[in-house]
Amino acid sequence: MIESILEFLKLNYSHFLIEEEQRNSNIPHVFLKPEGIVPVLEALKTHEKYSLSYLNDLTAVDWLGKRKIRFEVLYLLRSPKNKHSQIQIRVPIDEGDSVPSIVSVFKGANWPEREVYDLFGIPFINHPNLERIVLPDNFVGYPLRKDYPLEGPGQDYLIQDLLQIHIQDDISKED
Amino acid sequence: MGLKDLMNKPGEMLGDMAQVANLDSVIQWGKSYSLWPYPFATACCGIEYMSTSCSDYDIARFGAERPSFSPRQADMILVLGTITYKMAPVLREIYDQLAEPKYVISVGACASSGGMFHTYGVLQGIDRILPVDVYVPGCPPRPEALLDAVIKLQEKVKSQGLEGRRQEVMRKIQEINERNRPLVVR
Repeated sequence: MIESILEFLKLNYSHFLIEEEQRNSNIPHVFLKPEGIVPVLEALKTHEKYSLSYLNDLTAVDWLGKRKIRFEVLYLLRSPKNKHSQIQIRVPIDEGDSVPSIVSVFKGANWPEREVYDLFGIPFINHPNLERIVLPDNFVGYPLRKDYPLEGPGQDYLIQDLLQIHIQDDISKED
Repeated sequence: MGLKDLMNKPGEMLGDMAQVANLDSVIQWGKSYSLWPYPFATACCGIEYMSTSCSDYDIARFGAERPSFSPRQADMILVLGTITYKMAPVLREIYDQLAEPKYVISVGACASSGGMFHTYGVLQGIDRILPVDVYVPGCPPRPEALLDAVIKLQEKVKSQGLEGRRQEVMRKIQEINERNRPLVVR
């Protein structure tokens, strides 16, 4: 299965493929350039034989200090029609780079992409609503990056607004 | 015996049926046995609260059997579990919606101090944003501890008048505001 997919990709999308050392993983994976992610996923989704039509997961890895290119965005695809075979697509990107959003291919990628943006700070181009999803809107920093301190840089600013509102309330009550 | 003498001896029985007391203490006594809880359950302490309110431990024995799921019909808010910074404004808003006089019980390590979650996302104790009356230690606390907290709160309600209560809450909110001035912004 993976061999034939690889052949298919090499035949049609060789300009998007990157030669990388294989990671220690039991899921077959290929490496792609960021600009290739939308056409390749579209092709794999609509391909008659492979039909990788289910986006199992979309997440990211921070390889700080371990590899040259810091981040990797992971797309885990599954084919319900074809024996539930899985393939993982990895997109290595550096800090500050962005990845095209795949919401046009998989609608379900909307929230996972927001989550990756929220926790890793990787922006997705053409995303319909790229905002923080799990953390407060005024949060500073991206906590799943390896250089983020566990306790944060001092989180009091998150309740500052809350307190200020009530200082004003108390003052107006006393009048 | 004149009325004046009687008023100086609150709690004195007159025969079997009548007792002398001032109105405040009667009202406070009544209030202390109908503390309707608002369970704000965000974690496993909520499960312990369920056990506390069921027949084995039976919080109804203390007049707190009616969990209110609208903050407007509750007297005390039980904060049962971890409060994240994202949840903090919600909790504060619910506290503001409670009818006066209102009491806060902080149940468990997470609500009282952040517990084991000393991380970027968890509020380090709800006393950062609310005036807490009773803290319950434990992770999660046993139902007996929760009942003990209710009894302690009842004692407090019995001994504290409306004006005293107002003063205490004002003082606590002032303390919160002073202590929580952000040290690091950005």
